[in-house]
Amino acid sequence: MASLRDIKNRITSTKKTSQITKAMQMVSAAKMNKAEMNARSFVPYMEKIQEVTASIALGSKDVSHPMLTSRPVKKTGYLVITSDRGLAGAYNSNVLRNVYQTIQKRHKSPDEYAIIAIGRVGRDFFRKRNMNVILDIVAVADQPAFAEIKDIASKTVGMFADETFDELYMYYSHYVSAIQQDVTEKKLLPLTDISSSKKLTSYEFEPSAEEILKVLLPQYAESLIYGALLDSKASEHAARMTAMQNATDNAKELINSLSLSYNRARQAAITQEITEIVGGAAALE
Amino acid sequence: MKTIKVSVVTPDGPVYESDVEMVSTKAQSGELGILPGHIPMVAPLQIGAVRLKNGGKTDFVAVSGGFLEVRPEQVTILAQSAEQADEIDVERAVRAKQRAEQRLNEQKRENIDFRRAELALQRAINRIEVSERKF
Repeated sequence: MASLRDIKNRITSTKKTSQITKAMQMVSAAKMNKAEMNARSFVPYMEKIQEVTASIALGSKDVSHPMLTSRPVKKTGYLVITSDRGLAGAYNSNVLRNVYQTIQKRHKSPDEYAIIAIGRVGRDFFRKRNMNVILDIVAVADQPAFAEIKDIASKTVGMFADETFDELYMYYSHYVSAIQQDVTEKKLLPLTDISSSKKLTSYEFEPSAEEILKVLLPQYAESLIYGALLDSKASEHAARMTAMQNATDNAKELINSLSLSYNRARQAAITQEITEIVGGAAALE
Repeated sequence: MKTIKVSVVTPDGPVYESDVEMVSTKAQSGELGILPGHIPMVAPLQIGAVRLKNGGKTDFVAVSGGFLEVRPEQVTILAQSAEQADEIDVERAVRAKQRAEQRLNEQKRENIDFRRAELALQRAINRIEVSERKF
């Protein structure tokens, strides 16, 4: 049996760890609320741009744009959004496992795909496996502003335009609720599944539909990427909050069982001491 | 006088929402003024100011590109970034202007960074001018 002092040390260190995890849980909860608000304030922009894009792309038949048409696929792009840090439960591994398996299934050689990694965990994962990471961005803020990812978003969209890859999939963790996040695969480019629930309006175009699509479609694709990032940030904080809550609960349980064995050991020591004294007194008589 | 509802929306949230009598701005094809009851229209915008007239008062919003969607009763401006005149961080804009100018002096003309620095300079100048209401 472990000595009294060993048990006491373990109790203290577990207590300290649980204090840390508790603090992290509260920080994540606050960040999650903020991230949820960010995601919400993005919705009006997204809805509007979707509506206009749908009106133009579906409304007039004779418009065409490279980003709207599928072409033979020689190379596929994967945009993977993960976090920079761990301690978020299965948040990163769920996304990465999904992407990894998909790539193994779909492609035979690394020439057939290219990876764009947002987040350090994802970047390191693919680099370590010698997979073709062509673009990466790390240290994205917890509450990212659009300006921060504008660069990578427009580069990604640009790569589709200059035929670095011929289709682009996006993998991220979709925020359902504080306790549920689902890995989502979304085909970003070409934009084939544009739809709108609202009634389509027929617009006058100034100067022409083609000119407008040239401005609108990249902006639309970039905002889809930004939307996914906001979504996965909310998931990240939710996942971390749940993970830290579990850790705190486990620590509490561990402290309880350790205190029990500490008290037992203490009692055993006292009993032994009494026995020794009584034994000693009896020997003197 | 009749008014039209205007909202300026960016990915970071709505920037401006109000009813105004007239919206005037610079589209890529030229200066554009919109009154209530305009036919539905879409036009890409230049980096510039949006002026929103209501009564004797004019509000200014600096937009960096994006586009304008017009419906008879509503105007929506979708831009990747936009600020109201009094919310502009002038110091930051001045710094951005200096940075862009410095980069323009260093780069070669055909370089892709040159074009980007040019755009950055335009945006910075636009912000500074809007904050001083020079229109």
